[in-house]
Amino acid sequence: MEISLKATASNQPPANSSREGVLAEPLAALLTRMKISRLNFFYSKKQALFDVNLEIAANRVTALIGPSGCGKSTLLRTMNRMYETLRNVRLEGEILLDNENLLALDVVQLRRRVGMVFQRPNPFPKSIFENVAFGLRINGYKGSLADSVEHSLKRAALWEEVKDQLHKSAYALSGGQQQRLCIARALAVDPEILLLDEPCSALDPVTTAKIEELMIELKKNYTIVIVTHNMQQAARVSDFTAFMLNGVCVEFNPTALLFTTPSDPRTESYITGRFG
Amino acid sequence: MSATTATVQRAGPAWAPRVFLRRLANGDAVAHLITLIFAAAVILITASLFYILWRDSALPRAAFGWNFLFTQTWDPVFEKFGALPFIYGTLMTSFLALLMAVPLGLGAAIFLAELAPARISDGLTFVIELLAAVPSVLYGLLGVFVVVPFVRTVVGPALENSFGVIPFFKGPGYGVSFLTAGLVLSIMIVPFIISVSREILMAVPVDQREAALSLGATRWESTWRVVVPYARSGIFGSIFLALARALGETMAVTMVIGNVPAISASILAPGYSIAAVIANEFTEATGDLYLQALVELGLVLFLLTFILNGMARLLILATTQKGTAHE
Repeated sequence: MEISLKATASNQPPANSSREGVLAEPLAALLTRMKISRLNFFYSKKQALFDVNLEIAANRVTALIGPSGCGKSTLLRTMNRMYETLRNVRLEGEILLDNENLLALDVVQLRRRVGMVFQRPNPFPKSIFENVAFGLRINGYKGSLADSVEHSLKRAALWEEVKDQLHKSAYALSGGQQQRLCIARALAVDPEILLLDEPCSALDPVTTAKIEELMIELKKNYTIVIVTHNMQQAARVSDFTAFMLNGVCVEFNPTALLFTTPSDPRTESYITGRFG
Repeated sequence: MSATTATVQRAGPAWAPRVFLRRLANGDAVAHLITLIFAAAVILITASLFYILWRDSALPRAAFGWNFLFTQTWDPVFEKFGALPFIYGTLMTSFLALLMAVPLGLGAAIFLAELAPARISDGLTFVIELLAAVPSVLYGLLGVFVVVPFVRTVVGPALENSFGVIPFFKGPGYGVSFLTAGLVLSIMIVPFIISVSREILMAVPVDQREAALSLGATRWESTWRVVVPYARSGIFGSIFLALARALGETMAVTMVIGNVPAISASILAPGYSIAAVIANEFTEATGDLYLQALVELGLVLFLLTFILNGMARLLILATTQKGTAHE
């Protein structure tokens, strides 16, 4: 697994940024997993993203926030090229994944490296075991399916709850369990990056808290990008936050900075609840 | 009268919502009653159909008992009636039809629902639904003028020359045969399987496809391992509806099956089906026993459809019990 060190990393001291005394890790000190440059996206004639630039730091949680229709989900769906299932869409710009052109990669290979969890839990109508094993099976996994399924379920903090009923239907699980099952399913193919598209919007607060804990645990091994409607959630779990508005990335900063001392007045209006 | 008016006047603004609520309540009761009657009519029709078939087949049931189902002689002159050749013909032609129509129909449905561009899919679906609405006698004509000569000159000789040693494909073929009827039936039921299966495949939620794709599935893997299993019970449903049509199809089958009440191992030999013999012989049946034997054949067809549908339900239940999407 190749990881490129950002050129500026050696030039700048990896000290915490100290604007108004807030402790925040500067992006430049970290490895960049994905780099998005001058990204424009069109749904037929309607432009949804305007010159978006973004860097996704390795082993950190990056949150995309903004009001409905601001393009945050669209941006997330460019990262594993899920937008390609739609007709009449067009993308301009550059996305690098570990310094490779993501747009030129084989899409099947890409999606094995960049996993995704969706807004509504979408398990397959199969058993819990078969849900997790699905990605392994289609990828011709050679090792022990049972071990790998157990490992993935443990990582998704679901093992203890389901270990005695692996062959029951996934539909018998609660919404929160189903969402963790979907996370386990995504983790089973061992992606480098995990994209989460409002993963808690259909869940209750207790379950949401569980998934948030899970995210903080998971970032040790994975790079996470999460789209969320919930600003508190972004503040709780993410290390970096991008605020989007009308298809433009207004501000991209360490979360601690963005929520305390936003550099753009529009960010400030949004996080203080003046619109959105 | 005046009291009512007074009440209305006094009630003032509260009047409108109260009447509305009462109307709604009454409307529900009426709607409930009417729809209940309609639903009950379905059961009534089924029951009376069975009753008439049962009542009007008393003579042969008394004369032959269960032997009616297991003997092969059909001799109106000596009044010996056995239904086995017709049962065999009906089941065999339907089986052959499904054997050919299911892979074809399912493949086409997958193409139209999953792979084809929207414009091609919509255009083709229009044509397919048109085909499903063509009267069966026209398929019979197609059978007589195209399929029968085709089986006689091409398919029959080819099968006989290659596999003639197997009794299943033993000649000589005259063109009219179980195979011909099966072919014509499959042409008739394919549009049905395609259009119903396509609708069912298209109704599979997008998030299922996205889940598969996001795990690195190819488009085909997502279709074959996620979308089709999700739609499984609906697809089975479309196949069994097609089977029901094949079992009961009369006109087209009678034009191409040969109308010979015999059981042959070879699918190239002529045969007969229940529906075909009823249609052909009902008007010329002389004598009560003959006529009632035909009615009893109708009863057999009715029960056959009933049993196969029941088995289909059980099959759907059994295969979708675990991890079903349709609880």
